[in-house]
Amino acid sequence: MVPCQMSATGYRGQPPGAPWILSATEPKPLASAIVRDDEAALVSAAKGGDTGAFEELVNRYERKIFRLGMNITQNREDAEDVMQDAFMKSYQNLDRFQGDSRFYTWLVRIAVNEALMKLRKRRPNQVSLDEPIAGTDGEDSVFREIEDWGPSPEKKFAQTELNEILNSVIGELDPIFRVAFLLRDVEGLSTEETAQILGVSVAAVKSRLLRARLKLRQKLNKYFRRSEAQ
Amino acid sequence: MNCKKVILELSSYLDGVLDTSMRADLEQHLSGCTDCRIVVDTCRKTIQIFCNSEPVPLPEDVRGRLHSALLERFRRNSKTT
Repeated sequence: MVPCQMSATGYRGQPPGAPWILSATEPKPLASAIVRDDEAALVSAAKGGDTGAFEELVNRYERKIFRLGMNITQNREDAEDVMQDAFMKSYQNLDRFQGDSRFYTWLVRIAVNEALMKLRKRRPNQVSLDEPIAGTDGEDSVFREIEDWGPSPEKKFAQTELNEILNSVIGELDPIFRVAFLLRDVEGLSTEETAQILGVSVAAVKSRLLRARLKLRQKLNKYFRRSEAQ
Repeated sequence: MNCKKVILELSSYLDGVLDTSMRADLEQHLSGCTDCRIVVDTCRKTIQIFCNSEPVPLPEDVRGRLHSALLERFRRNSKTT
């Protein structure tokens, strides 16, 4: 299953294999081939000097790139810089894009690098992209707090409050885990695409994703457990 | 299958990429282990809640600055070519 898109265990209840229009606020299913062919045609036209085609690519992905920048940097000004730099650099280097991945994947790679550079500048001694030592938390601490959340735990909170909780818990994750979770579970990229963007192995992405999911579950537990006072 | 193995296979299970026999073993374990069932269920809900969260809006002023910068870039490019 590609999280946020298809459903074996049902994240959004859409039929398996149905992708989304990438720029839509309320996503609607589209045939994957149409999306990809259209993207390839736009990239080809933009390479040939059609600025309107490049603008169409920008219109299509600007919201997603801004959201990704916000989610990684947790800062609006940084997210704006990330978005601008990602589009400027992709335009500047369009000739070097060989088309061996989707344009969007290439764009996300540029945006992730820009966002991580922002984080490193802001907290040079705290942001490491080295693999943390396994076993200090994550899998080993899963069974410390086991409490049922009930069917729709998020409904205990107003939308604004829920957004604050989600921003807060994701901001507490190490960037290495945060980015893996965002790319796979929020942006809906495949494990292989995520590995390609991060320049790591598929096994490393799987490991980071598992730990990110377990850590987020644990952090959300204090808000969503049934015993929490309403 | 034991609890530790369930956790190791949790992501693959939630992503629906576990092979049939492993999936059957895991589900058999879940049927008799309340703790693991809760971990699997709350982990699935964690992903769902993030997936369904309100998209971060792109503020109009931010979008305006991006498009102005791009137009400027296009203009400079057309002058040099």
